[in-house]
Amino acid sequence: MAAVDDLQFEEFGDVATSLAANPDATTINIEGPGETPKRLGPPRGSGRQEDDELLGNDDSDKTELLAGQKKSSPFWTFEYYQTFFDVDTYQVFDRIKGSLLPIPGKNFVRLYIRSNPDLYGPFWICATLVFAIAISGNLSNFLIHLGEKTYHYVPEFRKVSIAATIIYAYAWLVPFALWGFLLWRNSKVMNIVSYSFLEIVCVYGYSLFIYIPTAILWIIPQKAVRWILVMMALGISGSVLAMTFWPAVREDNRRVALATIVTIVLLHTLLSVGCLAYFFDAPEVDHLPTTAVVPNQTVVAAKSS
Amino acid sequence: FAGLSDISISQDIPVEGEITIPMRSRIREFDSSTLNESVQNTIMRDLKAVGKKFMHVLYPRKSNTLLRDWDLWGPLVLCVTLALMLQRGSADSENDGGPQFAEVFVIIWFGAVTITLNSKLLGGNISFFQSLCVLGYCILPLTVALLVCRLVLLAKPGPINFIVRLFVVIMMFAWSIVASTAFLADSQPPNRKALAVYPVFLFYFVISWMILTFTP
Repeated sequence: MAAVDDLQFEEFGDVATSLAANPDATTINIEGPGETPKRLGPPRGSGRQEDDELLGNDDSDKTELLAGQKKSSPFWTFEYYQTFFDVDTYQVFDRIKGSLLPIPGKNFVRLYIRSNPDLYGPFWICATLVFAIAISGNLSNFLIHLGEKTYHYVPEFRKVSIAATIIYAYAWLVPFALWGFLLWRNSKVMNIVSYSFLEIVCVYGYSLFIYIPTAILWIIPQKAVRWILVMMALGISGSVLAMTFWPAVREDNRRVALATIVTIVLLHTLLSVGCLAYFFDAPEVDHLPTTAVVPNQTVVAAKSS
Repeated sequence: FAGLSDISISQDIPVEGEITIPMRSRIREFDSSTLNESVQNTIMRDLKAVGKKFMHVLYPRKSNTLLRDWDLWGPLVLCVTLALMLQRGSADSENDGGPQFAEVFVIIWFGAVTITLNSKLLGGNISFFQSLCVLGYCILPLTVALLVCRLVLLAKPGPINFIVRLFVVIMMFAWSIVASTAFLADSQPPNRKALAVYPVFLFYFVISWMILTFTP
């Protein structure tokens, strides 16, 4: 044990006494990775000793504590907003799949979001939807009016800003109103399930995903096809929303609960039907002028000759 | 304690050498020489840097030049060119036409800023201005597509005209995506690459749509 004598420092009183009290404690562990070091190196101060104790004795406890907590930074730092983008690619795909295949009895929020709401999905799904609706509407109008001689193609760029306003307002204001309403009802009736604002925004954002392929398919200029698409999209996303919010209002007064679900579905219907009506021209109306133009031209030709 | 006996610090290892700060006197000369040089030299140096980056976009290889020496001159020039050529004329009184100058400008710059914020929020380690620089420079193929489209539109309108324009725009759109992905993809964590690349795809798709639907 000559090494222990070499390492004893006279100045650091507390360490010297502890080493003297426990001479078997190893100061440097070279043997191997399997053993946990009790003290690491010659201590240089009392602060270091506290660290050593933590690392030596409470190793497992500390890691468990860190795993359970989420670091919460104040809202003016960048890291605060990074917690809302803490999703991987496969998680986003899973959430989108969950919004496309509503399983009765399975709650979208509990199953997929699991207290990790993200803002990536809602934001970029809404952005894609805005451009999908504007571009599809423009394309569909172009194809409908294709044969007409008096039609001059315009890109209708103003409709992009209108679409953006409508969709982002729906995706943020309706969840805000719903969250406020649920908060108010929670203060009156004790509900088992309650959602945070971001989880509601998340559900609404992902439920709008079905409208992207619907908007692209709305290019087909057949009224029947368009209305079938509206019904299907409404059925899928409406049921996702209804199944998510039914547990939150179930314990309430029967009428209030039903009214809430009906309002949610009604607003969703209003959005889809309104977008269809405003951005996509009706297909059959414009076939009449083409047949009327031809007789006029023959009459003019007859008159001029 | 067997291993401890092998550790020994001998007291008499001489440490000697020279500490010099090279280039110090030369840096002073360099500074004053850029101050005294002719205006042409200064402008040509910046123009050459911008031109070199254009070449890197046209032939995308994995290199760090775009990221290391970023500048925003190229993106500004490209954005202004694109917005000037895409805007509808002032004599056009229709309400629903193509985008105005301000709309194109805002879409490009706010789109680039949003994509940069998105990639930083997802945990990428690229700086704000480096990302803006890459996104701006990779608009170059689409600007070339717009010039070609304007030339093609001088010819007779018809389906062949449209198909030529469509083909050119699609090719340049793919080129932009490949160029920007070559520079941006490495800065993302590997399990989020698709999440960071998709907004770039949407951004260039919207610009391509504006170019394709341009009618003079």
